[in-house]
Amino acid sequence: MIQLLQNLGATTRTSFTKLGRGTYFLLQTISGTFSVLLRPRLLLNQMYSVGVLSFLIITISGLFVGMVLGLQGYYTLSDFGAEETLGVMVAASLVRELGPVVSALLFAGRAGSALTAEIGLMKATEQLSGMEMMAVDPVKRIITPRFLAGLISMPILAALFSAVGIIGGQIIGSGLLGVDEGAYWSQMQANIDFRDDIINGVIKSVVFGFVTSWIALFEGYDAIPTSEGVSRATTRTVVNSAFSILGLDFILTALMFGDD
Amino acid sequence: MDNSVSSQHSLVSVRNLSFSRGNKKIFDDISLDFQRGKITAIMGPSGTGKTTLLKLIGGQLYPEQGTITVDGQNVHQLRRADLYNLRKRMGMLFQSGALLTDMSVYDNVAFPLREHTHLTESMIRTLVLMKLQAVGLRGARNLMPNELSGGMARRIALARAIALDPMMILYDEPFTGQDPISMGVLVHLIKALNNILGLTSIIVSHDVHDTSAIADYIYVLSGGKIVGQGTPKEIQQSESEWVQQFMTGAADGPVHFHYPAKDYVDDLLSSGKRY
Repeated sequence: MIQLLQNLGATTRTSFTKLGRGTYFLLQTISGTFSVLLRPRLLLNQMYSVGVLSFLIITISGLFVGMVLGLQGYYTLSDFGAEETLGVMVAASLVRELGPVVSALLFAGRAGSALTAEIGLMKATEQLSGMEMMAVDPVKRIITPRFLAGLISMPILAALFSAVGIIGGQIIGSGLLGVDEGAYWSQMQANIDFRDDIINGVIKSVVFGFVTSWIALFEGYDAIPTSEGVSRATTRTVVNSAFSILGLDFILTALMFGDD
Repeated sequence: MDNSVSSQHSLVSVRNLSFSRGNKKIFDDISLDFQRGKITAIMGPSGTGKTTLLKLIGGQLYPEQGTITVDGQNVHQLRRADLYNLRKRMGMLFQSGALLTDMSVYDNVAFPLREHTHLTESMIRTLVLMKLQAVGLRGARNLMPNELSGGMARRIALARAIALDPMMILYDEPFTGQDPISMGVLVHLIKALNNILGLTSIIVSHDVHDTSAIADYIYVLSGGKIVGQGTPKEIQQSESEWVQQFMTGAADGPVHFHYPAKDYVDDLLSSGKRY
């Protein structure tokens, strides 16, 4: 019993210390924003590796998710003779939920794990330490540009995901199953609200981008500098990001759509 | 040694330093001096915290007790900006080279210049080529770090360390894992750079032969204490059994061959438990 309490205490202490380190790290990262904005080249390079290189996986996944939505939606809606509203159903699911959530999960798997591994290896090979000894702050030079790149890329990728998904739904809905194309688009236009649906979706993806980039960079920075340590950190990034994204999605959805 | 006299000539002085990792005491109240313009070596068995000492001097770690002054400034009381200014005047050569893997050799050497100066690209080019020429690798400027051998990576890192013309260089195990030729090259380079550029060099190493050949003064550390110090000649003739064991590489001595364990016979005969 005593042992159990001791273990519980130790685990709590470790978790809180880590949370504290993570918060301090986040503040340091954010405080570097100004110096990064003075050197936009650093940011652009990172937006390429974090954002552009995730483009393919996001668009292809978006297309398939949209096509599945088109199929499933059609079968359900046609039971009620409401297949004309397929466009609304596809667009609302994508813009409100699937776009931000699935693209954030993919982003964590594609870009987040790569960031953790990169930073962890830089730590293990003394590159971060070396930079410090050259009087260059590794947080400002390495971490902040990557963090901002993640923050900016995530909403763009989520928007792309939703846009491609809507086209996927249309290809299946009107191309294959014969929903009227005009109805698909006009119903969507009439029923998707800019403020309630699109802006809320964008807010979600900004939050997910923030959290995923923070987790990925912190896990890399905090990794034990050995090959085992880095591989564990990479796993933790994907697992913790997935938990955070899904948990936060529930909270955000409750806050945003709870009043309706 | 009279501390007050020696510290006037020393660039780095360490006073009553103690440092622990977990329960293990790495340094126990040690004092060392590193003279200006000289090559001072810190030697000792693996795990005596030689690299830790360099990190303490560079201000990357904080001591539990004691002070470290570099060029008259107490490293651990400096504000961050001042510490960074001090570090611009210190070069450090890491064991692995610590080159930035996403940049070419040229960009690696140019890195500190681009970060800390507002020189034009053409001036940076001239400086980078001069530094690369000094380490004999001007022709390798377009290679990436993963295309370099270990010895070449260290020479490039050395070129980068002297890019801002520092007052001193800290070398972390510069000779480990080198073939005889690149070892010879590094030994020659460290000596030559120290004399030509008027640097102060601190070498952390367990390579007895090559380090003794270029060092002006040697400290031998073991178990958190200084077990011997002096010129290479004095160290060779030292009567301390610690120093003798280290210099001759004897398997058993004050540093035991066996990790602490209970009696061998008792251990073999005790049965039942798996461990």
